[in-house]
Amino acid sequence: MITKRIIPCLDVKDGRVVKGVNFEGLNDVSSPVELGKYYSDCGADELVFYDITASSDGRRLFTDILKEVASNIFIPLTVGGGINTLEDFDRVLKCGADKVSVNSGAIKNPDLIKAAAEKYGSQCVVISADIKRVDGEFRVFARGGRDDTGMEGVSWIKRCVDNGAGEVVVNSIDTDGVKKGFDIEMLKAVCEAVNVPVIASGGAGRAQDFVTLFNEIPDIDAGLAASIFHFGEVKISDLKQLLNKNNINVRL
Amino acid sequence: MIAIIDYGVGNLFSLSSSLKAVGADAVITGEPELIKKADKLILPGVGAFGDAMEKLKADGLDILIKEETDKGKPLLGICLGMQMLFQKSYEFGEHKGLGLIKGEVVPMEGRIPQNLKIPHIGWNALKFNGDCPIFKDNKDGDFVYFVHSFYADGCNESVTATTEYGITVTAAAANKNVFGCQFHPEKSGETGLKILSAFCGLEANK
Repeated sequence: MITKRIIPCLDVKDGRVVKGVNFEGLNDVSSPVELGKYYSDCGADELVFYDITASSDGRRLFTDILKEVASNIFIPLTVGGGINTLEDFDRVLKCGADKVSVNSGAIKNPDLIKAAAEKYGSQCVVISADIKRVDGEFRVFARGGRDDTGMEGVSWIKRCVDNGAGEVVVNSIDTDGVKKGFDIEMLKAVCEAVNVPVIASGGAGRAQDFVTLFNEIPDIDAGLAASIFHFGEVKISDLKQLLNKNNINVRL
Repeated sequence: MIAIIDYGVGNLFSLSSSLKAVGADAVITGEPELIKKADKLILPGVGAFGDAMEKLKADGLDILIKEETDKGKPLLGICLGMQMLFQKSYEFGEHKGLGLIKGEVVPMEGRIPQNLKIPHIGWNALKFNGDCPIFKDNKDGDFVYFVHSFYADGCNESVTATTEYGITVTAAAANKNVFGCQFHPEKSGETGLKILSAFCGLEANK
């Protein structure tokens, strides 16, 4: 049977991997190429590579860094950050991305997902949504978690999937960086609404959080995290052994 | 030299990088002369079957591929490139394939349990059938990366590997010097590199 995926996320700013707490206070961690290769070699099932500054100040991805990452890893690579047009899709796909993740670009232009799915196939289009609770509802935020769009989160995701997004990354701003576990309530709501793979993001603080995630939500396909992997707090190989011991199907 | 056949479909960057990683001399080309000169061929592909076959035909590459494989030149089809090796596909209508392996390509929808998601995306385990030379360094239970909504059926005698997704799904098939992988060896870590390396080491089958 298909396995649950463990995905390290590399947030990149100025060509370096960084990770903030609640999106603020960034720390330099390491080189994207070194980290990417390390994760590919040690059992990560996939990599996500985000240029976190791109959507706020319009800076383009450093495509040479991306090319170097993609030439050194032989697992699926998702790229996001500053994806606003079909040309942006084209640019990162040519540099070795397998999937392209859209966030603010889809909020600015909801037709982007449909156009990209028609051109490159749904398997290539990932909707990534930053969601936060506001006045008792899930609200979509744009520009790296800075702007409240006023849109309800689950219906937004559903609309993107109906338009052709083949995969969903749900990033809970409420749990991001807090390290107390994934946002089970929010993720359950999304899983019930769509039938494409859903990737949980935001909140992993220890290996047990992944066990809880997959046990509480059998429909979730993958768990994504950054700092706990980058700082070596959780080793991917140990995490997979733990999941396996808990009867969660993983690639060992 | 290995020719990665370029007919305007899909992303050939990672395929080309992974062949480089196993020490192969590979070129991405749609040039008939280079394809004739190559000692092995790889047919990649993503997207829709009918559209991809049209593009291949528009350049006369369908006939060229048949001629070259008839001479015994090894060919590896990957993902949609594997599906195109079969006789026909039912993706958006009915389309004729290259007919190099007996069988047809059918949708997962309606054939797998309803609680399973389509496409079949992610890492799944292989079970090998027979001694296919491109899997000589692999073992049952090796994980590879899949992304597909259709699969090859009616090809029992040529199935070289299967995977389980509610039903038993054809993961790889072969007919003499023609090989196909439904999964992406170039995205399947060490396991995938071993497969590409074994393919690169094949001798022509006259």
